[in-house]
Amino acid sequence: MDKRKLRDLIGTKLMLIITIFSAFIFFLILFTLITGSLYIIEDQSITKLLFSSTWKPRSGEFGLLGVIVGTIIVTSLAMIISIPISLLTAIYIVEYSHKKIRQIIRPFIDVLAGVPSVVYGLCAFIVFVPLVRDVIAPFFGEYNSSGFSIFTAALILSIMVFPIIISLCVESFNAVPIELKEASLSVGATKWETVKKVVFRASGPGVISAILLGFGRAFGETIAVSMVIGNQEKIPSSLFSQGQTLASIIAQNYIDVMSLPKLESALIFVGLILFVVVLIFNLLGFLVLRKARSRWDY
Amino acid sequence: MGLLNWRFLEENIFKILMIFSILIVVGSLILIFTVIVFNGVSSISIEMLTQTSSPRFYLSKGGGGMLNAIVGSLLLAIPATAIAFLIGICIALYLQRDFIHPGISNFIRLCLDILWGVPSIIYGIFCMTIMIALGMSTSLLFGIIALTLLEIPIITRSIDESIKMVPLGLKESAYSLGSTKFETAIKVVRRQALPGIIAGVLLGLGRGIGDAASILLTVGDSNFIPTSIYQSTAALPTMILNLLSMPDPNVQSKAHAVAFVLLIIVLFISIISRTLTKKSTKYVIK
Repeated sequence: MDKRKLRDLIGTKLMLIITIFSAFIFFLILFTLITGSLYIIEDQSITKLLFSSTWKPRSGEFGLLGVIVGTIIVTSLAMIISIPISLLTAIYIVEYSHKKIRQIIRPFIDVLAGVPSVVYGLCAFIVFVPLVRDVIAPFFGEYNSSGFSIFTAALILSIMVFPIIISLCVESFNAVPIELKEASLSVGATKWETVKKVVFRASGPGVISAILLGFGRAFGETIAVSMVIGNQEKIPSSLFSQGQTLASIIAQNYIDVMSLPKLESALIFVGLILFVVVLIFNLLGFLVLRKARSRWDY
Repeated sequence: MGLLNWRFLEENIFKILMIFSILIVVGSLILIFTVIVFNGVSSISIEMLTQTSSPRFYLSKGGGGMLNAIVGSLLLAIPATAIAFLIGICIALYLQRDFIHPGISNFIRLCLDILWGVPSIIYGIFCMTIMIALGMSTSLLFGIIALTLLEIPIITRSIDESIKMVPLGLKESAYSLGSTKFETAIKVVRRQALPGIIAGVLLGLGRGIGDAASILLTVGDSNFIPTSIYQSTAALPTMILNLLSMPDPNVQSKAHAVAFVLLIIVLFISIISRTLTKKSTKYVIK
């Protein structure tokens, strides 16, 4: 066998091994998280972990209900703020804006996507915390809010998911064939009617996948949230009370892990919940995205 | 006529809403930059960039800087990016139709896409679990592993997207000259996809340097520049968190300076990425 063929064989097999390894990482993480959380599941039943709201690691109580409720509220609030703004922005970029404006805005959104989450968190810490404490919370009749609240976290999260939703939506709006729009415009529809009845419908799967992926991002965001949410594991009483999310509880409690093996296992269990939920959303998101891409071929 | 008016009214209402939304999106970016730059410039000094931190750095005004965090961040992100690049380019080249059945490669792509979306704290807790199971303590090594895992999907998928764009005719002409699959992949496809590869690697580097959640659990903290891979180290994102957790506003304002440096580094990487991508495009056969 000559040298080139040997090199080809070795190179190809090496690449194959690395490729298999990469798909394997995924299962390795899942396996590690499951085995790591077995200890706490055997120690306290899953129902107790999920439906008790007392989180006291030092006395061995790991009820996650407050945290789960907090996560759901923060994430949904962030999405409620983010979805309409992102969709309208994406539509403006694709259908209404001048080419020059488009060329200015696209890099802006790329940069927004690249800003580290700790910088978002710091910005929220400097701007949003006082804003919520002094303006927004009193406006809604909450005078005792410290500014570190569920609402503050949702606000910064909604900014963090802008770029992901906008860029995916722009991509899918752009893929709608121009003939469809022209047909609608030629029978006398206004531009907005065309957008509403043709563009939205044609790119429906793309929009849905953007929302699902944005949700996954918001659900797992850790640092920015843990900096402004106030870190209280009880069930939040209002939007302006302190709370905790599944991701931020890991960042807040990891320091005691070495001395409390049960806490380590409980945090791994939290990681497992996060992993599985994000997995489901991303899987759905990407499957829908594939459908959208094969529909208009982009 | 009333109906017509309503239609145009609706159009205009939504147009206003759109402009309003775009102002919010662009405004939030401008807000983040002005806040970080404004606060950062006012609290940064030369000593902060040239000195390593000390315990006093976390207590009062003065006393040390963030040099160890800057070096620590680079020592974490650059090796991680290098490893992730080596792994990523192998995977991306292998995912071509020439090597593997499209069904299988699409499954692997799906796995990578999902890994891309996995929150970075998961990589952190994964590496921490392994670290504790091995009986080791927080160190540069596990930080690099966590960041590598974080960057593999990003780098691989970016390279993969640009390799997909390589025209089939180019590969076919390489094959027709008698080159092997491996040679075609390494010499022809790699060069044609170069702009995408550079963009992907720098995207990964930017993400790696800025990510806090994955290294928070794995690198620990120290006041010195690490001399061995088994030592704990400081990093820019974790330093921001540590400074911010102090009650003293003077100490908190140091976090603004660190965030400013981090933001500058990330922006610098993104600018380099744009210029290099543009420059390397001239080797691409159109």
